[in-house]
Amino acid sequence: MNQFKGKRAGKGGWLETLMARLFLLTALVSILCVALICLFLFANGVPAMQEIGVFDFLLGTMWRPGNDIYGIFPMIIGSIYVTGGALLLGVPVALLTAIYLAFFCPKKVYRVLRPAVELLAGIPSVVYGFFGIVVLVPMVRAISEPFDGKGNSIATASILLAIMILPTIIGVVEPALRAVPRSYYEGALALGATHERSVYTAVVPAARSGILAGIVLGIGRAMGETMAVIMVAGNQPRMPKGIFQGIRTLTGNIVMEMGYASGLHREALIATGVVLFLFILLINLCFSVLKRRKDA
Amino acid sequence: MSPVNTRGKRASDWRNRLRHHPLSLLVSLITSLAALITVLVLGFLVGYILINGIPNLKPELFALHYTSENQSMLPAIINTCTMTLLSLLLAVPVGIGSSIFLVEYAKKGSRLVNLVRVTTETLSGIPSIVYGLFGMLFFNNTFKFGYSMLSGGLTLAIMILPLIMRTTEEALLCVPDMYREGSFGLGAGRLRTTMCIVLPTAVPGILSGIILAIGRIVGETAALMYTSGTVAKVAGLMDSGITLSLHMYKQASEGLYTEQAYATSVVLLALVLLINLCSSKLAARITKGR
Repeated sequence: MNQFKGKRAGKGGWLETLMARLFLLTALVSILCVALICLFLFANGVPAMQEIGVFDFLLGTMWRPGNDIYGIFPMIIGSIYVTGGALLLGVPVALLTAIYLAFFCPKKVYRVLRPAVELLAGIPSVVYGFFGIVVLVPMVRAISEPFDGKGNSIATASILLAIMILPTIIGVVEPALRAVPRSYYEGALALGATHERSVYTAVVPAARSGILAGIVLGIGRAMGETMAVIMVAGNQPRMPKGIFQGIRTLTGNIVMEMGYASGLHREALIATGVVLFLFILLINLCFSVLKRRKDA
Repeated sequence: MSPVNTRGKRASDWRNRLRHHPLSLLVSLITSLAALITVLVLGFLVGYILINGIPNLKPELFALHYTSENQSMLPAIINTCTMTLLSLLLAVPVGIGSSIFLVEYAKKGSRLVNLVRVTTETLSGIPSIVYGLFGMLFFNNTFKFGYSMLSGGLTLAIMILPLIMRTTEEALLCVPDMYREGSFGLGAGRLRTTMCIVLPTAVPGILSGIILAIGRIVGETAALMYTSGTVAKVAGLMDSGITLSLHMYKQASEGLYTEQAYATSVVLLALVLLINLCSSKLAARITKGR
């Protein structure tokens, strides 16, 4: 009788044990994936870095695969410039839109605006890139012509990335704003502040870490974006000469040359991937620290 | 109250705000302006592509064979479907299994659970080109799959795993504990409780995660360029085959096929719209059901 009961309760059934093991196994897959990704990238990229010399590789300003000169400093700077430009243009609009969605938006408008932001998040990056080619590049070319500028430039890539990070930032910041206890807002109102003043001086500061987390996630997205950027950035591997001149990013460097590279050149490209990966890991670390703080 | 009356009231309200709180009014206008910019950018982007693209949607673009004269996208569409199915087939069971482990089986806050959380977060932040590099090194070279749908599918499966895990986990956590207690109380084991009670209740949430994942697979380019390759033919499991996004990238970056690229982007946009529509319908059903 006891035995029977035990089986029913699921302690002794073989299927039960088997499936528990199986679920455990599937949970280990993501750990395995991260381990493999680290292992393969580092094993293929780090030797090249050593062969070129870590400092020559990271701080060298010349990228001439034909002459075996591999310096990725221009690409690091390129990624930072393009990301910085995107943040400069995108963050204010994204934050204000998130605030609008959370506090200023009539219900009817919200029902249109929210799906619109989601659609913006769902559009593939090639479509953004194509939009950049047919609309933004001619536009920037027209604006920058007096300054001897090009259409494919840092400015174009920044504008495009600014659009692309809007939904990323809004998606994190809006829930963070909504999570602030209503009493903050009500307290400010009761002290005689207007609706706007209550929102901006009481609620928004309280959502600080959520807002930062959103921005950090936006940085990660902008830095990791590949296809849209290479379609509009010009991709010249040289130090930036101005915001209306072309630039190559870390991601662009990999995609542009991986197709035909071999030997040390190929390994140098993988090493570029390693540098990008490390940047992203650092950004992710910031993001999860900020998110934890928000939870606490 | 008549509408004229309300409008009059609103106008005086505005004048009032301007007189007493000019700064607040300005701030509220700027906030609304930002939201307007977001909508206008989206509207312009979608509108521009639809207006220029729909006239270019010609029937010969859906021919069965791709040639350089006729940039047919049908092979790419079929490959995209294959790729989606393949990646989902690989990622969904693993994703659901591991979420079940995290929510139903593991002790909360144990070291293993934390490790799985951290690695999942890491995976979700890795840019797609890094996945592409890894897929090329691991599946194409080490496993000698070469440029193939299988390499691409495996790479994408890793890429969408965190997305499926996160949505499934949220869906499972939303199932009230009462359901589990009731099931245990009737004598069911943990497996039966999970499979027959908890999982069916969580289906809409899991489905919305899968739909999001489909969106990512359809739009992916960088991770596939050096794993599944760019051969424009209907591909089998071990052949190289181009997907729709890559097809479009090729057309747009070569600069020779702008008209065809417009047409392809209309198809991609239509797919994304459809996917978003499905997921919001599902989301509405979930909140209604609660």
